[in-house]
Amino acid sequence: MTERGGGAEGVRLSGIAKAFGATQVIDGLDLAVRAGEFLTLLGPSGCGKSTLLRIIAGLERPDRGTVAIAGRTVDHLPPAERDVAMVFQSYALYPHMTVAGNLATPLEMRRLALFERLPLVKHLSPRRRRVMRGILAEVCAVAEALRIDHLLERKPAQLSGGQRQRVALGRAMVRRPSVFLMDEPLSNLDAALRVEVRHELADLHARLGTTFIYVTHDQLEAMTMSSRIALMDRGRILQLGTPEQLYDRPASLAVATFIGSPSLAVLEAVADGAGGIRLGSLRLPFGHRFASGTRLSLGIRPEAFALPLGPEADGPALSARLARAENLGAEWHLHVRLDLPGEPAAIVRLPAAEYAAARAAGLLEDPLTLVLRSRGVHLFGPDGARTAADSARALAAE
Amino acid sequence: MDAAVPLPRESITTRVLRPQRRRALTGAAFAAPATILLALIHVVPIFVLFALSATDYELGAIATRAVGLANYERAFADPAFRRSLANTFLYVAIVLPASVLLGLLVALLVHARTRSRSLYEVIYFLPVTSTLIAMATVWQFVLHPTLGPVAAVLRAFDRATPSFLTEPALVLPTLAFIGIWQLVGFNMVLFLAGLSTIPRDLYEAAALDGAAGAVDRFLRVTWPMLGPTTMFVTVTSAITAFKVFDTVAVLTQGGPMGASSVVLYAIYLEAFQYFHLGYAAALTVIFLAFVIVFALAQAFAFDRRVHYA
Amino acid sequence: MRPGRLLAQLAAHAVLVAGGVAMVLPFWWMLLTAFRPAEEIFTGGIALFPERFHGLANFEQALTSAPLLRFMLNGVIVCAGILVVQLAVAIPAAYALAKLPFTGTRLLFGCVVGAIAIPIQVPALPLYLAFAELRLLNTYFALMFPFFLSVFAIFLLRQVFKQYPDEIIQAARLDGAGEFEIVWRFVVPAAAPAIAAFSIFSIVAHWNDLYWPLIVITETRLAPPPLGMLFFRDAETGSNYGALMAGATMITAPLVLAFLVARRRFIQGITMTGLK
Repeated sequence: MTERGGGAEGVRLSGIAKAFGATQVIDGLDLAVRAGEFLTLLGPSGCGKSTLLRIIAGLERPDRGTVAIAGRTVDHLPPAERDVAMVFQSYALYPHMTVAGNLATPLEMRRLALFERLPLVKHLSPRRRRVMRGILAEVCAVAEALRIDHLLERKPAQLSGGQRQRVALGRAMVRRPSVFLMDEPLSNLDAALRVEVRHELADLHARLGTTFIYVTHDQLEAMTMSSRIALMDRGRILQLGTPEQLYDRPASLAVATFIGSPSLAVLEAVADGAGGIRLGSLRLPFGHRFASGTRLSLGIRPEAFALPLGPEADGPALSARLARAENLGAEWHLHVRLDLPGEPAAIVRLPAAEYAAARAAGLLEDPLTLVLRSRGVHLFGPDGARTAADSARALAAE
Repeated sequence: MDAAVPLPRESITTRVLRPQRRRALTGAAFAAPATILLALIHVVPIFVLFALSATDYELGAIATRAVGLANYERAFADPAFRRSLANTFLYVAIVLPASVLLGLLVALLVHARTRSRSLYEVIYFLPVTSTLIAMATVWQFVLHPTLGPVAAVLRAFDRATPSFLTEPALVLPTLAFIGIWQLVGFNMVLFLAGLSTIPRDLYEAAALDGAAGAVDRFLRVTWPMLGPTTMFVTVTSAITAFKVFDTVAVLTQGGPMGASSVVLYAIYLEAFQYFHLGYAAALTVIFLAFVIVFALAQAFAFDRRVHYA
Repeated sequence: MRPGRLLAQLAAHAVLVAGGVAMVLPFWWMLLTAFRPAEEIFTGGIALFPERFHGLANFEQALTSAPLLRFMLNGVIVCAGILVVQLAVAIPAAYALAKLPFTGTRLLFGCVVGAIAIPIQVPALPLYLAFAELRLLNTYFALMFPFFLSVFAIFLLRQVFKQYPDEIIQAARLDGAGEFEIVWRFVVPAAAPAIAAFSIFSIVAHWNDLYWPLIVITETRLAPPPLGMLFFRDAETGSNYGALMAGATMITAPLVLAFLVARRRFIQGITMTGLK
């Protein structure tokens, strides 16, 4: 398939707002999806991501705002004319048609006139046979590409979940749209299948080069498949960026807590008036500009904790009490309670080798000393936004 | 080293089996009244019916003879019975398509309404709950050639009112109309139930595929998904129509001149007016045969309704 | 797109209203006539309301020419009697079929399913002869007996009971509950909606039944509503349409009013015949 990115512009949403009854689901949202990218709308349930997808598809009308696909405004166009294809969470296959019938339907709708689709009457059309032959050829091609050509005569009820999903995908592909829309397509699959299909979808995107807009609540899917992620919550985009950007430079506390598993520890800190913060008895210079006494939040990723082994032995440290140690095989998760007001909980992630070394060195006895690495520590202001303050400097060995 | 003393075999088995056996006995006891009634009300009478149909028993007769299949031969040659069969099938032929299609049409229209839906449901279902004898009487008055509203409307157009219930050619269609009147609401409810099982995203997928127009939506999604429901409604309506009795009994008594004679009414007359009980039993067996065919069709349709993916 | 949609909506409503008028027409005409004086019935044409409100005179007349209230009372007695026995017989039987297998379970269930197809008109003849022989014609018992067994109830309730979790029953047994107690204290309350729906179906079906009462009852004082209506018509030959319509109103009113009050349950119950 040749590259189709829908032109220079992929999809552009401007000022979209949508309310259902009294609930404002989306409130003034702008988004520019680049042609050919794999963009994921990520967020918890109720954040509006599915609604946004449906607005792009034309299944919902926004109260305000415009949608443009491949450079042209599509607000007034019905879904079939927007040059998009959608894969539903439940697949929405026509149960009474064979796989071949399902795949052929979009093409039939487009290429046959109404009377050529009516039962009985349709046989009166001489050109129908020719058109159907062409359609069948395309259907076979798509079926082969998705490895479901041996299932063409079956009905959806006779297929497994993974096979049904591929038929749904095929029905979208057969239309060669500018944009593929996917609404949580993996959520009905079991865990092993999910991994396999994830790879296939990523491959598919690479092969087709078409714009993909993908909705999910699973951050692992988002992180592994996307060119960019739009993290949403309560109808707004919290951050739009590549997976690395969202992980390493989260725009806000909300983003930082959502992305990353296990989630980061959030500690209360107080600005000390000299650009630093006080964390219990620890003092860390950051170089921020908050007034003395301002309440700030310090986020620490699990891999940002280290045990004082080797070169990292010096550096700002916190003491903690070990509550539980989980062995995940390749790494250990230590569930600790930090020695700070309120005894906040945190998770420390240690590669297995480090754990073994630490245990040999007797560093796992209470009280633990945890050193903070320079990467993975973020300072957030009172409004939740991440400060540009330099954690590397703060955590350099003094 | 003592050998373990085996527990007496008896006590293990009785201890394990007894609760199960007790339960089976309880089950049988629970089902006993139903079984007895089943025998008394269905099983025994059917045997008696078959036996009766092979005699020439008449109520109050001194002697009775066995006559083999003579009653059945007579039935198929009997012009009155044949007419009642023909009338009944004609009645079904009118009521069945009309009540199913109208029921479907109304269901489709009502399903799409939001605020007025409850109101329409009530209006169309009212006839179903009403006592047919009473409402048939009312219809008789409504269709009255001089006093009824139909007559008044036709008068306004300067037309005479036909005698709906006394003209041989019009009687059966008129009764069919009343039958349809009572059946449409019932079918509507069944179709509404079927429509509500169609997943909404199927319509959305169809919209994306380009099947957004009403005709396309109906052909691609609604009608195929309603298939089992439609089949089921059809068979149920056929059975109901076949068992027509009340309207005939109250309005026409089979007349005029047998134009509205239907199977059940014919049987009723033979058995409880003329007291030809042997013959009536044979007619009842024939009736039963038809009903069983319909019931098998209904069971088949119900099964498909439940198992449709 | 907008004007097209509006047109479609209007057309839909037009069709529905036209059909609705046909549905409601006899009810309206019935009420109109019941409240009209005799002269108006014969001269007045179509009107929404009677010109002269004749009060309840027609109703009084109807009540004097036939014991309509008695008919309705009979309806209540017969329907209640039938329902009580139906439930008393069907519930244990359904439970046994669902949860207490015994030899012959399958045979019994097969017979139940087979009997669902058999309408009352089939065993009517032999049953009539039996009742005649036992001199039990013209009794409430004769009216109710053939319906004491509702194979439909057994079929339906068996299905519902089957879904009741076995674990709860086993726990109850361990606690020492007998099967009888389990049925009535645990399983039946859980199946209440289905039982309620069936009850409505049963009441409506038997309130409106004509065939069997027509056969076994000849005395007016025992007639249930439909048969009573038949007697009433015969008593009211001639042209007292006012009283006739008033009588029809009274006969139809109970069920219609019940329907208006308990719509959801009604529809649920009656469409069970559909499931039949």
